[in-house]
This record gives sequence, structure tokens and C-alpha cells, in this order.
Amino acid sequence: MNMLNHDAKLSAKIFADDIEKAPTRDGFGKGTVEAGKADPRVVVLCADLAESTRADWFQKEFPKRFVEMGVAEQNMATVASGMAAAGKIPFIASYAVFNPGRNYEQIRTTIALNQVPVKVCGMHAGVSVGPDGATHQMLEDIGLMRMLPGMTVIAPGDAEEARKAVVAAAKTDGPVYIRFSRSATPVFTTSDTPFVIGKATTLWKSDAPKVAILSTGSLGYAALTAARALSKKGIESIMLHVPTVKPLDEEAVLAAAKLAGHVVTVEEHQVAGGFGSAVAEFLSQHHSVPMRLLGVADQFGQSGSPDELLAHYGLNALHIEEAARTLVRI
Amino acid sequence: MALTDAEIIGLESRAEAIRETLITMLVAAGSGHTAGPLGMADIFTAFYFHILNHDPKNPEWEERDRLILSNGHICPVRYAAMAHAGYFPVEECLTLRKFGSRLQGHPERLRLPGLETTSGPLGEGLSQAAGIAYAFRLDGKKQRVYCLMSDGEQEEGNIWEAAMFAGKYKLSNLIAIMDRNNIQIDGMTEDVMPLEPVADKYRAFNWHVIEVNGHDLRAFIAAIDEAKAIYEKPTLIIAHTIPGKGVPEIEFDYRWHGKPPTHEEGKRFLKEIRTMGGKVPHEYA
Repeated sequence: MNMLNHDAKLSAKIFADDIEKAPTRDGFGKGTVEAGKADPRVVVLCADLAESTRADWFQKEFPKRFVEMGVAEQNMATVASGMAAAGKIPFIASYAVFNPGRNYEQIRTTIALNQVPVKVCGMHAGVSVGPDGATHQMLEDIGLMRMLPGMTVIAPGDAEEARKAVVAAAKTDGPVYIRFSRSATPVFTTSDTPFVIGKATTLWKSDAPKVAILSTGSLGYAALTAARALSKKGIESIMLHVPTVKPLDEEAVLAAAKLAGHVVTVEEHQVAGGFGSAVAEFLSQHHSVPMRLLGVADQFGQSGSPDELLAHYGLNALHIEEAARTLVRI
Repeated sequence: MALTDAEIIGLESRAEAIRETLITMLVAAGSGHTAGPLGMADIFTAFYFHILNHDPKNPEWEERDRLILSNGHICPVRYAAMAHAGYFPVEECLTLRKFGSRLQGHPERLRLPGLETTSGPLGEGLSQAAGIAYAFRLDGKKQRVYCLMSDGEQEEGNIWEAAMFAGKYKLSNLIAIMDRNNIQIDGMTEDVMPLEPVADKYRAFNWHVIEVNGHDLRAFIAAIDEAKAIYEKPTLIIAHTIPGKGVPEIEFDYRWHGKPPTHEEGKRFLKEIRTMGGKVPHEYA
């Protein structure tokens, strides 16, 4: 049987044209308000981007626990480190190029090595930022952050999952990085879809898959539609949505690789150092299989619409389908 | 409350003992920084033996004042002062920079109870101190946050972001102390990258600024008392210090920023400290 995994409790409109769309940053806004209601220690720091990061949703609800930092991401990370040392759970929000791009060493020393529960929230990640161009399209954040010992790294698949990731991050002791995107993408999960940090979710499964498609972030929907299209063409697959890049759900990744024998990874990030690299690092040492790593191949982004850019960099459903097809024919 | 002469003499003799421990531990370590720690021995003595509200036997005590060391490389003097104050045995100072030691080359909070932050990369301590001060105010807590920083690290942009932040939010529970010893690795600060007029710079960022002789314990403690009385502004105390203080042959010499004494030098330096540079006859030292 080749089908959607109903245990994942995905959207009722999952393959409909009018599936709801929302940017994952909305999940940051909702999630911080929810976490803030549950725990008075939660504070939100923002570097002059309150509206665009959705930090203003928290600000409206909890004005005293919102801290405007001005355009100073290095100070934001280090002030958050101090606030965490004094018992707070700070979420720090700015564009991912600046947070963790600009303030990486501050995060490394005062948050990661210091092991304080600061939640670094990188907004507008990936090429799907669109018209702003290469300077604002962060493609290296997953690599930077997953290299830090003790850092949890999450790239939610949609706005609903982003909300859950924020709420879950507030409840974990250590530092967490969460990656958000700007443009509206299909909300394929629901409030009933399971989300646990460190766990992958199977979205598409078949009895005898030839290829496992593993995706992180908001390309999860494209990967799912690719799995469905492949099935129609007689190529069976298992599709795993992997929001937590670190710690990787090794059990699920290993099982999928063993079952399918081929692995395609998908991410809106540099191939070097990203999610696909994490999967390859693991599988190469435990169950080596032929792989294709889809991502941005050692390039910077540029201005354009999100769809144009995803097409240009080879990251839409058709590219995923094509990669899976050519891989299983090797 | 003004200190008595006897209290001042008591603190001065503590500072001398801390300097002796410093030399001994740096010789044993075979690497590390000498000038800055010697220059800050008086100020660390003032903190651990007079200013701080703390409990060496209960370093995690919630109500303690927080002493943040931004320029982590001068940690040997913090370790020595902590040991003399009773946080851990003075003998443990000899493990400085050794494999397995809690006394890392640059301080790590998670390894040694009593350290408030992990530091070394410059320019980050003032922000962390400001973050703690901000959180304390949010929670209505009354204790102080002190941040020790170097003059050279004022060249980091992060410092000025923190200065702007603390000024904006009027963090009067934050008191920063700048070790103005005028040296950094490549030479004199005013040659490497001029800082002056540094007091005016902080005033322009809405800080209250006090300048003081960093070796005059009475004056330094008075400056802290003044800072505590200032409302609606963070305070910066610019403590003018002599790098290498206590060992006349290396005082003011920037080449001693980042190296330890050899065994021979160590013996000579200890004698200079014990005789207060020859002022005390050897037989009494």
C-alpha cells in the first residue's frame, strides 16, 4: 500500500490547491506567546525587526518581557546569555544572516560553551526570502549551528510545526537554534501532527520503497508531493520529514535507508555542512547507501521571486522527483 | 562606611598574598598572563574581601552580587582571590592551565563554581553583565552586577553596543570597572588604537563615570559606594592601574602582557613582592 501516513494527521487539504499557506515566522509569533503564557521566564529580544520576525506578537502580549535591542545582534546574543544566567529563557530574533551569522562567536562562547538556555531564532533563512537578494538569504546557518557541541538545531516544515518547535524549545534546558522562513508555504501539518524534538515524521510510506526522501524545513511539502508523483510513475518511496537536524533521528534515518537502499536529502541550505551532510555523516558510518544531496551547491542566492529562486537552484518538487528517479536507476 | 586604617592594611596584606600566589601559579603553569593580573590584584582583593555580598561556601547562593570578568585572560588573579577567599584550596591554584584542572586557561563557568560566565573572547562581558542586570530589575532583585573589563577590549564593537544598551535602559544596578593600564598585546593602547577620551565616550552614552587610582583601596571602595548612590544611570569606574604592579622590574612593560615568569624570574619577583620592592628589609619579608 502506497500512501500518506495517516498517523501523521496531516492537513485535510494536503494535496488540494487551496491548502492553507503561512510563513513559518508566524509560528514564532504564536509559539512565543504560547510559551510566554506557560512560563513567566520566557523573554523575547529582537534587533529592530519586531514586525517582520513576528516578535511584535509577543511584545503586544507581554510588553515588559520584550526587549528592543536595536540593530545590535552581537549585543543581543550576549545580553541574552546574561539574562539566561539570571534565570530567564530568552528567545533572540533577527534574520539568520545576522543571527547566527553576525554573532556566531558570541553564540559559541557565551551560549553554547556556557550552556545557557538561549533560543536563537534565525528568520528569513534560505533563498525563498526572495527579492532582498544574496546578502539576506542565509544558506549556512544549519552548518554553523550544528557544529556547536550541545546545540539543538530545528528547521520546522511549516508555520504550525514552527509554533510547536518554539513551545518545545522553551521547555528544553539547553541552547536551541530554530530556523524560520519568510514566504508563505503550505501548512501541511496540523495541531494533531506529532512533534518531538529529535524525532522525524514519516509523511509518505509504501511497502517496498526504492528510495527514501529525507527533507528538513519548509521544502518538506515539495518532497511529499514529489513522493506522490513518483508513486504515480511506479517509483515507490518513503518520505521522512526531519525537522530536527540535531540531534538527528538516527533510528528513523537508518531504518529508512535500510528499507529503501537509496537516499535523497532535501534542504534550502548549502549542501556543504547542512542537513544532507548530517545524514551522510551518519549513514556513511552505519549503513552506506547511494545518496543525492539536494541543496544549494556552493553558490550565493540572488534577487527573484521565491518560486523562481527555488526553481533556479534546483529545489522544487520536480527536481526532487528527478533526483530520486535518476538515483534509483544507478 | 569609611574603612579604618587597620582594615586598609588588612586588605593590602591580602593583596600581597594574592600576588605571591599569582606568581607561584604562573611559574607552575608555564604559560599565561602576568601584567594584567598583578595590576588587578588590589581591585580583586577589594571585591572578594570587602565589596561583594557573597558566600564562598555557597557559590550558587541566589542573592549574591554578580562579578563578571569580561577580559577572561586575567583569570589567574580571580582564581587566586577566590582561593584566598575560601572558594577552594589555595594549593589548587597550582593546577592552573593543566589538563583536567577546573582552572582553565580562560575561565569556564561550568567547570568552577563561583565563576559567573565563560569568558576570554573580548568585548562580551559588559553585555552579559547588562543582561543579568536587566533580568534582576525585571524580577525586582536588589543585588548588584559588577563587570571587570580591560581597556584594550574597548576596541571591540560589542562593548559599545552594550554601552548603548545599558545607557538606554538606565541600568543603575550595573557597575563596570575598566582596568586602565594602557597596555595591550601589540603595545600601548594609544598607539594600537587610541581610546581617549574614553571617559567622555561613556558619558556620551549616558553613563556616570568616575576615575580612580586602582591601587588605592580606600579610593576604589569609595568609588564603588558613589556608584551605588547613582540612580538612573549605569556607572563606569575607570581604574588607573600599573601593569605588573608589585614587581618593579616589569611594571609598565607591555611585553609582560601575555607571558609567565620563568622559575628564576619567579623567585626574584616573589622577593620583590615580599619586600615591597626593597622597602621592607629582607629579614622581615
